[in-house]
Amino acid sequence: MALSTSSNFALPDDAFRAVVEAHRDLTDEQSADFDAALVLILANHIGDIDVLREAIALARRRMIDGQQQQQQQQ
Amino acid sequence: MAQAKTQFGYRRHPDQDRPGANPAEHAVVVVGAGPVGLSLAIDLAQRGQRVVLLDDADRIGEGSRAICFSKRSLEYWDRLGVGDRMVEKGVVWSVGRIFHGESQLYQFNLLPEDGHKRPAFINLQQYYAEAYLVDRINDLPGIDLRWRNRVSALERRNDSVVLTIETPEGAYRLNAHYVIACDGARSSLRQMVGAEFAGQVFEDQFLIADVKMTAEFPTERWFWFDPPFHAGRSALLHKQPDDVWRIDLQLNRYADPAVEKQPENVRPRIARMLGHDKFEFEWISLYKFQCRRMDRFIHGRVVFAGDSAHQVSPFGARGANSGLEDAENLSWKLDRVLRGRSPASLLESYHIERSAAADENIRESTRSTDFMAPNSHQEARLRKAVLSLAKETEFGKRMVNGGRLSVPCSYDTPLSSPDADAWAGGPRPGCSMLDAPVSPRGGETAYLTDTFRQGGTYFTLLGFGNGAAIDVPDGVKEIRIGGANGLGDTAGLIAKRYDAAPGTAYLLRPDGYVAARFRHPTRAAIAAALSRAQGLN
Repeated sequence: MALSTSSNFALPDDAFRAVVEAHRDLTDEQSADFDAALVLILANHIGDIDVLREAIALARRRMIDGQQQQQQQQ
Repeated sequence: MAQAKTQFGYRRHPDQDRPGANPAEHAVVVVGAGPVGLSLAIDLAQRGQRVVLLDDADRIGEGSRAICFSKRSLEYWDRLGVGDRMVEKGVVWSVGRIFHGESQLYQFNLLPEDGHKRPAFINLQQYYAEAYLVDRINDLPGIDLRWRNRVSALERRNDSVVLTIETPEGAYRLNAHYVIACDGARSSLRQMVGAEFAGQVFEDQFLIADVKMTAEFPTERWFWFDPPFHAGRSALLHKQPDDVWRIDLQLNRYADPAVEKQPENVRPRIARMLGHDKFEFEWISLYKFQCRRMDRFIHGRVVFAGDSAHQVSPFGARGANSGLEDAENLSWKLDRVLRGRSPASLLESYHIERSAAADENIRESTRSTDFMAPNSHQEARLRKAVLSLAKETEFGKRMVNGGRLSVPCSYDTPLSSPDADAWAGGPRPGCSMLDAPVSPRGGETAYLTDTFRQGGTYFTLLGFGNGAAIDVPDGVKEIRIGGANGLGDTAGLIAKRYDAAPGTAYLLRPDGYVAARFRHPTRAAIAAALSRAQGLN
């Protein structure tokens, strides 16, 4: 597996807050635009198509798991 | 709408007088006299084959079709003896610009280095290309070009194909060892062999207008996303010979074609684009397109080439150019098979190599199309992000896709011998040869592509440096660079482009692709690579 999923930030809360705060004052539409640009910038920085594909697969998997959990709760 | 048209006469052929039960027999019948069929016929004839070439029309098609012909296609046409004429008439270009709104995002140069005989591209109306190819055919022995001969039925036998052909004077039959179907996207031969032609249909509509004007725009490819004159959509401007400009406008997918193509509706839009209305229309049409290919390019003794076998979107100049690559790939193989020098199974490599190329062309042109016409809100949003990032980042510029223009494919093919030595550059086996200047002793600078062509486009060993004399197998031509008797490398480019050291040798196929390469070739290694490339083992 080329994608690193261990914790890479010394202060993970700072990283999470940085992303959250970047969305402050944005409408949902603007937030989506912002996310699209951020994803492309970070993807290019990684610069490794295998890592990118693994990251995409992980994100898709979480989304499907999340939907199933929701359905079970309902 | 005046067009340069050429009319040809139907002429009765003695084959038509034969009884239906005893039709005339021919080695190769090519169906369709478009750029692919014409080029293939010339290539086969130059290799000594006799070719019957059938076309259902009696004139060169008018209207706006292919315009961009690639360096690779020009090198092929050089070999067919028509390259100079194409380039003299064509508009040479290598620079493209991409605009977003009012401002330029970036520009690219498709051939940023010197030392190539041919430019990255020329723009030339397809009807000129076809007319020059027909002229060439008339100068060559061996090609029997029959206008107004329409294939209406095809019967596949074990060792031949029987064609029924309709003419103004009734039907006749021909017996062909091989039939090459170059009869275009709506190929009737494809239907006759019962082959599927499935793929992706794009709903977006595009409007093509060829307009005649004298203008100050440079001879570059200009592409706009969301231009001020055509808000929210894309536009393309490109120069052709005779002061004709190709304009391609993306339309709403629900636009009514009958309304949109009325000159009075097109004119104001183009006037806004050009900033004036001093132009005349040569051609207006609306099109949608599909990206698809046949599952198999070979059906027994019927072989498909060009648009009959694969269709792409027009963004990337991958239609006619890939068809010409089909022709150059097929002709030397078919020639060898017809002469009994290679088994018929060599033709399977045509399917392997060119169907992979078709997949690549479809993938590239589909990506371009999707970028131009996003399929969802989120796709549009990602595109917007790329376009906005392109203003200040290099990676954003490189992600902007306004058409990735045709370059030769590299083949992953059983005909190649894998590298056994270490290489830091140069064309790998399966890649197309690279051009470079070479200097004959006491002569003027020439180009490698010319030297290859003058050798007759056989299998050729391109050897570098003094090295030990190589004992070249029979039937293989030799081009030597450097050493006592070789061609000079005064510009120092050919050694660099081929990562060559003394002793280096490349085995080139008749279509100019690399079959194998060696640091220190032995006769046995060359012979093994040669027989592999000829489909002999």
